[in-house]
Amino acid sequence: MIRTYDDLTPTAIDCLKEVGNIGSGSAASALSEMLGKSVSMRVPDVRVMNYSNVIDEMGGPEKVITGILVHLDGDIQGMIMFLLEDNFAKIVLSTFLGKQNVRVVDLDQDDFSTIKEMGNIMAGSYLRAIGQLTGLTIDMSVPAMTVDMMGAIMSVPIVMYSEIGDKVLFINDGFVIDGVDIKSNIILIPDMKSLYILMKKLGVAEDG
Amino acid sequence: MANLTIGIGDLKVCRTTDVLVTYALGSCVGICLLDSQAGVGGLSHIMLPDSTSSSGGAATPMKFADTAIPMLIREMEKMGASRGRLRAKIAGGATMFAITNDRFNIGDRNVAQVKAILAKERIPILAEDTGSNYGRTLFFYPGTGVMEIRAATHGTRQL
Repeated sequence: MIRTYDDLTPTAIDCLKEVGNIGSGSAASALSEMLGKSVSMRVPDVRVMNYSNVIDEMGGPEKVITGILVHLDGDIQGMIMFLLEDNFAKIVLSTFLGKQNVRVVDLDQDDFSTIKEMGNIMAGSYLRAIGQLTGLTIDMSVPAMTVDMMGAIMSVPIVMYSEIGDKVLFINDGFVIDGVDIKSNIILIPDMKSLYILMKKLGVAEDG
Repeated sequence: MANLTIGIGDLKVCRTTDVLVTYALGSCVGICLLDSQAGVGGLSHIMLPDSTSSSGGAATPMKFADTAIPMLIREMEKMGASRGRLRAKIAGGATMFAITNDRFNIGDRNVAQVKAILAKERIPILAEDTGSNYGRTLFFYPGTGVMEIRAATHGTRQL
């Protein structure tokens, strides 16, 4: 039985990588279809980290990014978070709204809705793929979006899971759009019980 | 003069020659305390309101408002501060994402608990910049007592 993230075996980590791979692969093809551009993925990174290191690792607390948060419900509880750098917003807004060189701190309501909808479709695609793989039913909330400092955005999952320890588990994937690495991340953050359910479904949970 | 950085769920105390900084407060709250006569300042960055609601709460007192604030006061007293002279300024407690989910109303709960603990400790709050929906970086200058708030989308102000 896994009680803390430190109990994860290398096999379990590999398995979560595969979950991230399948989810983000599906999200990437949804993104590719919407944009009409080629979208490939970086190899997912599954890590258990001390929360104080996570934010530095991802570019520092004051880096301004777009964050989209989707809550998971049903068989898996937790959240999916999209952390999107400026390039992502620029590509999306030039494709759909014909706007060039938009700064994320200046987004208007239309820009917001457009980017949020991309998050919605990508999250749905990500979860459907995991659902098909595991046979689990995963429901998602309507996404919420904000543009702010990385540290403040990441504090949301960090605070939520701080009640079960000082560590956080990230399944972290990145995209490359038309050959440009946009350093955007999809982070799947299951809670401890859901992680166990996920592992059990995939046949890598250890009992005892 | 040195900048001392306070991480998430951490606290530090200093003399008036130093500056206390905590970056990108979201739903967390930064609590600045100052005894200007003794020249001792302190800053705590709390994540959650209540240590008793968490199984591992006792092991990590600096994460919780109810345990971090008394700990900060004790650390300041060790440096010569007097409890009766302490004054507070607080910032943070935002709701970063507009999702209607009670677990996520943590910013408001943090602010309410910080105020309750400061009231219990009889420490007046001289200024606050709390709530709303954006992140804040906090600089506290114990030399002048100024708390400076820098936000990515809402400018900079001094309180």
